[in-house]
Amino acid sequence: MEYYLIVSTIMMFVGIYGFLTRRNLLAMLIAVELILNSVDINFVVFNRFLFPGQLEGFFFSLFAIGISAAETAVAIAIIINIYRNLRNIQVRNLDKLKW
Amino acid sequence: MEYTILILLLPFLSFLLIGLLDSRLKPGAAGTFGTVVTGIVAALSYWTAFSYFGGGRNAEGLFPTMIPWNAEWLPFGGNLHIDLGILLDPISVMMLVVISTVSFMVHIYSFGYMKGERGFQRYYAFLSLFTMSMLGLVVATNIFQMYIFWELVGVSSYLLIGFYYTKKEAIAASKKAFIVTRFADLGFLIGILIYGFYTGSFSFTPDSAVIGSAKVFLPIALGLMFIGGAGKSAMFPLHIWLPDAMEGPTPVSALIHAATMVVAGVYLVARMFPLFIGYAPEVLHITAYVGAFTALYAAVVACVQSDIKRVLAFSTISQIGFMIVSLGVCTSADPHEGGLGYMASMFHLFTHAMFKALLFLGAGCIIHAVHSNEMSAMGGLRKYMPVTHITFLVACLAIAGIWPLSGFFSKDEILAACFGFSPVMGWVMTFIAGLTAFYMFRLYYCIFWGKENKELHAEHTPHEAPLTMTIPLIFLAVVTLFAGWIPFGEFVSSNGQAYHIHIDWAVAATSLCVAAAGIAIATWMYLREDRKVADGLAAKFSGLHKAAYHRFYIDEIYQFVTHRIIFACISTPIAWFDRHVVDGFMNMLAWLSNQCSWLIKGMQSGNVQKYGIWFLGGALGLTVILLLI
Repeated sequence: MEYYLIVSTIMMFVGIYGFLTRRNLLAMLIAVELILNSVDINFVVFNRFLFPGQLEGFFFSLFAIGISAAETAVAIAIIINIYRNLRNIQVRNLDKLKW
Repeated sequence: MEYTILILLLPFLSFLLIGLLDSRLKPGAAGTFGTVVTGIVAALSYWTAFSYFGGGRNAEGLFPTMIPWNAEWLPFGGNLHIDLGILLDPISVMMLVVISTVSFMVHIYSFGYMKGERGFQRYYAFLSLFTMSMLGLVVATNIFQMYIFWELVGVSSYLLIGFYYTKKEAIAASKKAFIVTRFADLGFLIGILIYGFYTGSFSFTPDSAVIGSAKVFLPIALGLMFIGGAGKSAMFPLHIWLPDAMEGPTPVSALIHAATMVVAGVYLVARMFPLFIGYAPEVLHITAYVGAFTALYAAVVACVQSDIKRVLAFSTISQIGFMIVSLGVCTSADPHEGGLGYMASMFHLFTHAMFKALLFLGAGCIIHAVHSNEMSAMGGLRKYMPVTHITFLVACLAIAGIWPLSGFFSKDEILAACFGFSPVMGWVMTFIAGLTAFYMFRLYYCIFWGKENKELHAEHTPHEAPLTMTIPLIFLAVVTLFAGWIPFGEFVSSNGQAYHIHIDWAVAATSLCVAAAGIAIATWMYLREDRKVADGLAAKFSGLHKAAYHRFYIDEIYQFVTHRIIFACISTPIAWFDRHVVDGFMNMLAWLSNQCSWLIKGMQSGNVQKYGIWFLGGALGLTVILLLI
């Protein structure tokens, strides 16, 4: 069980690191997906080892995958629109709305 | 009698229609529509009066009070509720006839007078609104409904006085009228609330059992209500708005400021008469003194004014004073023993509405012809305007109280009632009646006789008014000629029983002599072209003349009190407090949040990843806190 958790923790922090350091919106999106997937792994692992008779964790991870797919679609749509308007998806240039 | 609701609904619909369509409607169409509707209303009112008085008296010898239509509008719990409905009793039916007749005549007349004016449709819409609210006022089933329509009447009066809204004086006059009457209505409202609180109802005739406990407060409530009535009826010292209200179109002055709205105060006192006489006779007598003083004051001022509409306005104030006096001198509800004044007052209201409307409409014709309100622009007009001349003369004779015109009969009853109250009051009122005759004939001679203003007339020859304007004049003149013969006491009297009018010839002879003397003096002073006597007198008593011409400086006193005392000593500190303390506190709150925003605005860097760091840091911090606790 610990091995699974170590893998998911590594994925989680890789995702956070990527989110904070990448300058490209698409790369940041991928990093967010990594975080989400690490959480999915956690769900499945805890369900499998702690409550083997129940299925909630599995369902939760299925839900999370579905939701993240939808969220990705929305995020990509936003990114495409940003690109159309600004010709740029470098995150440091997206400060039109700051005070 | 359910159809009586139409008397209110039709003018209201006409107001909505003309008012909403406004300039999309042709002026002629709007005018015709308004006039036809008012005509129907007049016909309905006549029919109502006919079937009401034709219905006969009941077993007690009274005309039954009917409520053909009633709706509970605002229940307050208990017996206290505000209704909207229609109440028919002798005085309200009489008022229906007066209002719809004068309104109809004014509608016809306005065709000629307002022809080609900008806002012709608006004018007719407002006339309809006024007609509706005035009719609603007189048929009110309770004091609160009366108050609602009372205010509506005030609004439409305001709108019509300010009809020429590009004229500065008209705007000032409309504001003055609104504010002064509104100020008086405050008294009315407080009176109503006291009345409603202590008697537990807004009805005109509360149960006598309930009144027992409210006896102490009833005189106060009635006195406050009279203040409201005094404001609308231009009693001294709240009369200042009426002369200025003459800035409105002349037919409006005839309808609102002579015949109908200004007698609302008289109507109010008459409506509350049983309560006044039963529980607050002292208050009633106070109104008599107020009325008498007003009548005297206004009559004196009217003698020296030079604007014909101002003369008529002061004459109206004086005549309303007569009506109030007549109500005030009543000492019992029995017309045979001191209750005569009630009938006399209502009778005078009726006849005065007719001949004063006639005078104003005649004045309108004259103004239409010479394009000026000043007497100096007139003189010698009898050759040019025969119809106006004759009808004006009829009205002047009527208001002076010459037999057999209508004014004689009603004024005679009033004087008889005053003599019944106290000889002093009787003689004072007789003297004022003489003054009335004097100033009316001064006006008459200055307009139709005397020196012609040749230069002005050469530029623009005066001409007789068109038919739409003369027909109402002729109609009203005929009414004025014969209205005196109506056996008014058979319909309206203080206790509802039939009262047979008999002329007290001792009083009548005195008043006739006084009136004749007034006319004779006016003839002597003003008939000839040079007017040596009049000018000589004016020069001799120049101080008095000047004071009277400036209406005894009442307006200036008001100006002083409001500006120097109220505005300077009370309003300015309050305004300062509001600006600096109340507003200051609010401004400080705004300033504080503004400053806080400046402090933290640096955090809004627009850098997504910085936000991410803050978010993560926050989440970690929360986790640590949760774990530790």
